[in-house]
Amino acid sequence: MEFQIIWFILWGTLWAVYFMVDGFDFGVGILHSFIGKTEGEKKTIIRTIGPVWDGNEVWLVTAGGATFAAFPGTYALMFSYLYSALLLILFALIVRGVGLEFREKIDSAGWKRGCDIAIFAGSFLPALLFGVAFGNIFQGIPMDATGYHGTLFKLLNSYGLLTGVLFLLLFIVHGALWLAVKTNGDLSRRASSVAGKSWYALLVVAVLFLIYTAFATNLYANYLANPVWFIVPVTAVLALLGIKLFALKGSYLGSFYSSCLTVLTVTFTGVIGLYPNLIPSSLDRNYSLTIFNSSSSPYTLKIMTVVALIFVPIVIGYQIWVYRIFRQKLTADEVLKEGESY
Amino acid sequence: MDTLTLSRLQFAVTAGFHFIFVPLTLGLSILVAYMESRYVGTNDEMYLKMAKFWGKLFLINFALGIVTGITLEFQFGMNWAEYSKYVGDIFGAPLAIEATVAFFLESTFIGLWIFGWNKVSKKVHALSIWLVAIATNLSALWILLANGWMQNPVGYVLRNNRAEMVDFGALLTNIYGWLKFGHTLLSGYVLAAFFVMGVSAYHLLKKNRIDFFKRSFGIAATFGLVASVLVIVIGTFHAERVAITQPTKFAAMESVWDTQKGAAYNLLVIPDTENERNAIEAIGIPKFLSWLAFHDWDAEIKGLKEFPKEERPPVVPVFFSFRIMAALGFLFVLLSLMATVMSGKHNLEDSRWFLKVMLFAIPLPYLANQLGWLVAELGRQPWIVYGLLKTSDAVSKAISVPQVVASLIGFTLLYGMLAAVDIYLLTTYAKKGPDDDLSAILKVSRNQEV
Repeated sequence: MEFQIIWFILWGTLWAVYFMVDGFDFGVGILHSFIGKTEGEKKTIIRTIGPVWDGNEVWLVTAGGATFAAFPGTYALMFSYLYSALLLILFALIVRGVGLEFREKIDSAGWKRGCDIAIFAGSFLPALLFGVAFGNIFQGIPMDATGYHGTLFKLLNSYGLLTGVLFLLLFIVHGALWLAVKTNGDLSRRASSVAGKSWYALLVVAVLFLIYTAFATNLYANYLANPVWFIVPVTAVLALLGIKLFALKGSYLGSFYSSCLTVLTVTFTGVIGLYPNLIPSSLDRNYSLTIFNSSSSPYTLKIMTVVALIFVPIVIGYQIWVYRIFRQKLTADEVLKEGESY
Repeated sequence: MDTLTLSRLQFAVTAGFHFIFVPLTLGLSILVAYMESRYVGTNDEMYLKMAKFWGKLFLINFALGIVTGITLEFQFGMNWAEYSKYVGDIFGAPLAIEATVAFFLESTFIGLWIFGWNKVSKKVHALSIWLVAIATNLSALWILLANGWMQNPVGYVLRNNRAEMVDFGALLTNIYGWLKFGHTLLSGYVLAAFFVMGVSAYHLLKKNRIDFFKRSFGIAATFGLVASVLVIVIGTFHAERVAITQPTKFAAMESVWDTQKGAAYNLLVIPDTENERNAIEAIGIPKFLSWLAFHDWDAEIKGLKEFPKEERPPVVPVFFSFRIMAALGFLFVLLSLMATVMSGKHNLEDSRWFLKVMLFAIPLPYLANQLGWLVAELGRQPWIVYGLLKTSDAVSKAISVPQVVASLIGFTLLYGMLAAVDIYLLTTYAKKGPDDDLSAILKVSRNQEV
């Protein structure tokens, strides 16, 4: 297999895993003030992602670094063209990180409220904007020989916004299910009820997205050419239905694993449709950034492949190990007793 | 102002701000890991309290290092698209490897360390902070190999209108990158040592927890002495490498205008850029500069006039940054030598003048670290990759002045707030002193295994 194709798969995998793991962090960050009624509950909710959110965010950094190393042409144009949108995401992620890490460091109600707003805004904005960005990538960016012809506001077109809302709802359901799994009693029940209700909205938006995609993008062309790939979007739909099915059977864990699979397959549905483009041009397909015209040299790709094949499995291994260490459900009593132990 | 100037300012603000946190992380992670290992080895709870107290300050600093680090991974593409396209084939690799090999490791195990006191055995818990320490140091290695390539590009050919990597081994063994790594790492250790000594001095001045802070002071003093001596040793090798590979930077660091053999080292120099000479040049040590540069008393030092004006770095900031940094470096050796001697004495807490000096010395290594970066990055100008690509050819074409003005203002405000929070939290928790209540973390940790 050509190295460009290996790196295209890896590129898609890095984004998919990033959305799967930081996706529930975003959901938790968006929901914590609404699901948590008391200070103890809010603290518990944030504590569920405390040990893991930082390691989850590194998938984004690695996705960025891998784009740089494997497809420098795309890295350069994608990030300079989407400058303002990316900047908003960066600011939001900084604010979220500070809110999460420093919320318990100052014992004042005002400070905690400030951090809660930071965590909410820092989770809501990236969840929406990543969707808007990918929606625009799916339909193509207005670029040609003379450069980029878009603006931040042109990114907020109907298809971009629809994809943004899709991501937002996906992460809200995903985060609510994570909370249902990681907490006990009333808190867990409230979280699962939020997941259950948001799921209907997600279903509607997902159906709209699948239909609108046929008109707004060229994504289905690859599927029509090779129908075997339909297995991915079909799995996405089944996984989405699985969320509800497991919830009805009372298995939050099954429901959460289904939402993990949904996020992964939704991302791959888009990625497969893009091939061989990384960013299509909406003006002239000769100026699309493809995995062939924007990639690094075969030598660099070969070295990066060796590095990735050795270290990515190691990373996945120790991250799973750490998740297992923190697998227990949390209760507000325990978390409050922990006090300032960290 | 144009997008080039604005983007340079923004890079200076974001990288400089990130670099406030990095050096402390590099050194303090090792000190905390050492303290916790001593606890595991001796079962002396004083060491556990030390790991907890210094660990808390470490975490406040670490969190800001992480959140400000994300910006750097993306802004090469955002503001320096032409650079990214031109050198991405070789420069992207170390950045991606850093994220995969080091950043994951530190970010995952810091979570285990913070929340895992009751979840894993004592040994595994200590191992997790060692993994964090190793990962942060490894992280610095990859970043500095990337920066070392910008200073001294190796292992590439110009092909397909860009620099393509042909020898990964050359990138890995770039001596410039390794010297920069050693110098930066050790300066981080010096900074962490002075941080721990300074905070300890504060409490000793108040006669607060004398035993605890004397022991902390002693550990940091030894660490600081070794690091401050080595940082100078590596620094001289580094300067020699600069003289060989970046003659314009070296000439600016020493403000040498005319090419000369057996050049003297002048202790007192005031550069006069307009007239291409030094306004003042006094107290010279004959031939010493030639020896410093090439370890040869008669070696030739190239002067700035040898190079066209548009290929010279800004002399005044590079020269003064280098002089002040170097002077501070010697001061650090002197202070940590005194600290090592004093910490052996029983009445350290009574040496009030010395403790005050150490308290007020906390900002000095921060200053030296920033100045060192100014020398490295300003001294490389007008090149972004020395001799290969000019900074003015590297900036993104798709960005506009209002966009970068907005982002620069945004970063400055946001980072200003973060700085305020950081200083507030660090001083609050540093003043508070160690926590004696270990019940929350000790309730099951004594005999539990994973």
